[in-house]
Amino acid sequence: MSVIIILILASLLVGLIFLGAFIWSVRSGQYEDTLTPSLRILADEPKTKISETKSKQK
Amino acid sequence: MTEGKAFCCFGCQTVFSLLTESGLEQFYELNAAPGARIREPARRARWAFLDDPAIQEQLLDFADERQARVTLHLPAIHCVACVWLLENLFKLHPGIGHSQVNFSRREAAIVFTRDKIKFSELAALLASIGYEPELTLGETEKATPSPWRKKAWLQIGVAGFAFGNIMLMSLPFYFGLDSSNGPWFKAMAGWLSLAFALPVVTFSAADFWRAAWLSFRQHALTLEVPIVIGLTAIYFLSAFEVFSQRGPGYCDSLCGLIFFLLCGRLFQKKTYDRLTFDRDYKGFFPLSVVRKNSGGETTVAISRLETGDHLMLRNGELLPADARLVSGEACIDYSFVTGESEPVSCAAGAHLFAGGRQVGGAIEVETVKPVAQSYLATLWNHEAFRKNRDHDLDSLTNRYSRRFTKLVVGIALAAAAFWLFRDPARALKAFTSVLIVACPCAIALAAPLTHGTAQRILARLKIFLKNALVIERMAGVDTIVLDKTGTLTCADARGVSFQSADCETRNAELSADEAQWVASLARHSTHPNSIRITKSLAYSALPVAGFRETPGCGIEGEVAGHNILLGARAWLEKQIKSGMRKVESGNATETHDGSFVSVAIDGVLRGEFKLENSLRPEVAELISQLGGRFELALLSGDNEREAARFQKLFGEHAILKFNQSPADKLNFVRELQSRGRKVMMVGDGLNDAGALKQAEVGVAVVEEIGIFSPASDVILDAAELPRLANVLRFARNAARVVRAGFIISALYNLVGVSIAAAGFLSPIVCAILMPLSSATVVAFACGTTAWLGRRLHAEKVLVENSDRHNLQSSTFNLQPITKEAA
Repeated sequence: MSVIIILILASLLVGLIFLGAFIWSVRSGQYEDTLTPSLRILADEPKTKISETKSKQK
Repeated sequence: MTEGKAFCCFGCQTVFSLLTESGLEQFYELNAAPGARIREPARRARWAFLDDPAIQEQLLDFADERQARVTLHLPAIHCVACVWLLENLFKLHPGIGHSQVNFSRREAAIVFTRDKIKFSELAALLASIGYEPELTLGETEKATPSPWRKKAWLQIGVAGFAFGNIMLMSLPFYFGLDSSNGPWFKAMAGWLSLAFALPVVTFSAADFWRAAWLSFRQHALTLEVPIVIGLTAIYFLSAFEVFSQRGPGYCDSLCGLIFFLLCGRLFQKKTYDRLTFDRDYKGFFPLSVVRKNSGGETTVAISRLETGDHLMLRNGELLPADARLVSGEACIDYSFVTGESEPVSCAAGAHLFAGGRQVGGAIEVETVKPVAQSYLATLWNHEAFRKNRDHDLDSLTNRYSRRFTKLVVGIALAAAAFWLFRDPARALKAFTSVLIVACPCAIALAAPLTHGTAQRILARLKIFLKNALVIERMAGVDTIVLDKTGTLTCADARGVSFQSADCETRNAELSADEAQWVASLARHSTHPNSIRITKSLAYSALPVAGFRETPGCGIEGEVAGHNILLGARAWLEKQIKSGMRKVESGNATETHDGSFVSVAIDGVLRGEFKLENSLRPEVAELISQLGGRFELALLSGDNEREAARFQKLFGEHAILKFNQSPADKLNFVRELQSRGRKVMMVGDGLNDAGALKQAEVGVAVVEEIGIFSPASDVILDAAELPRLANVLRFARNAARVVRAGFIISALYNLVGVSIAAAGFLSPIVCAILMPLSSATVVAFACGTTAWLGRRLHAEKVLVENSDRHNLQSSTFNLQPITKEAA
């Protein structure tokens, strides 16, 4: 059953990577304004591209 | 380019051509109604003061030789198209670099190259496309907001991470499955738990340590003290168990507890980015004024204004410092300073007070005092503005915790003493176990969650609380002081009535045709009086020819072949000297009770509109609802002409005071408080600012959310004023929910402490009991408050229905009893 030590260490490593990612995201200001990005994504793409992708889908 | 497109005004057409030239026409496809109405053509000179290095230093976030970055507040931001356009500003001007919008704060951060575009040109450009930057003195002196939110997220993240991982390692021990892995597994799990819990105790819980230390030094025993005692006890007991290889310790419960506490705290700290609760008079003043000197007129920042400067004030502009009138016809509206609703006419040489607004043509004044020592500003030197009232030593939670802490420490000592005689080996364990189980996590969650939920419910009703504690102070209120002008009364269409100039030969009322002509003309003006008159008349718009507005005097134009004049009596008489019929002198010298707007049709004086302040709808019902439960008082900066009407409305026992200065209002509230009263002040203007600050709860009534309101605890949409009685009842019920939450957690503690005192506490009991009690309290607090909130919303429907009924009868109705009977 000593294989469990590898499993535990591996899972902790994954956990720590995610903790690091979370700390980076907070530090880089991603939690400061959660409203504007949701609006920005509605308008970001120029109109021509939108019509192109639509025609491709068809 | 603009062919085949209809524009509401020239301003919008200019914006359209500007945007299409730069290839930004997508702006018009993002929203059905993008952009804002351009109020006045761009005047570059208006922004000239922004090139002053001293001002730039205050406003720019960052600046070097080449580039600068500025964050501007643009209140006109309202849709996706705004965000898109402002983030594509670089296409409009080569000098503008990256720009980023924060929608909830209505702000744009813009980087620009300084030798290609000046700051003043940037501001003028923004104004020309409809996003006029709002620059006020209050804003420029504001410190950058503390990064508590960032830290709070990090603390929660670390606690959550540790909680989850320790819990996973502890699961085998809960079910007794650890034996198959051998003793090394137990040791490893213990050491890892201790390692993970260390940053949680030191970093995530740092604020609890600080608060506990602070309250310990003040001998206040706030709730943080038992929390910290509990945390210390758990950590040391866990460390002892791991060192002595007895078990994996209680670190799972420890981290879970801190994680839940932090979540509750974040939930409670709901802030409204668009609203400012701490604005003082400076936020109300403009950033610059027009100074006149020998060389002509220059725009100058208010902070650089000196005594003896000559200023030019145009229609609607605000006087920033006490001054003496030099020339021009001054008609000063002091409604924001004193509450007096009538503008005051002044002759040359008259002393004018800061905060007054000029109505009419341009005037020239000479300042006699610096901005900071003017009449209005001195109110802010009062000590009421210096004390910080947001401490929560007296909150329900802390009052409860004082008794609770003493009781828990008492029980722990008693248990230790008992076991010392019976079985000394168990004494230490029993002592720490009691402290652990009694750690008041559930109690600490009851108030934040109830208040936080209540705050969100009220925000949906456009009632915004400064912080969650306000709801608790609201529950304790027993006296309500109301301001009159702007709070109970308002200037809207209902106060408008028409009086014919000559009632014998003509009809007393305007005919339907005449009303239509007048309204068609008046709708083109943005003057508040014109807007009220337009609203009060039923009409379908007719085309107007030759529209002309003379600021401070009136408007004229041709509608359906008739020449219509609308404005001040004196101006009208001057305009139609020849064809005007003589009017009886008795009418003209009548004591004027409200403002008047005269109408002339085809060169004949037709009559005048009387514009009175009318009582807001439902206010009479509100007063009668409040009257039974609270002691009421009315304060007004206005004179006593309506005293009798309001005495009838408020009842015989209520205190009514008129001609009150801002300082009088503050002192009145203070005097009530010295008699042990818990006062809620409801007001709207700067003249109420002192009283709002002094009162336990200051409620600012505003016509439009997000526009200036004085420092207060609550910002309330004027349309929701009738609901004040229900909101107060809601606050009281919320306080009851908090108390019930305390009782529930006390019951859990009773069970936990009995087990602990008996010396039988095990990690699994701890891991079940603590989250369970927290979850119960959380569910109860949120659920009950949400249910109360739904009841509050349901009451809204009733108010709205009777609201409609009330608007139909457009008279100044002050007899609630007879009205209800009818």
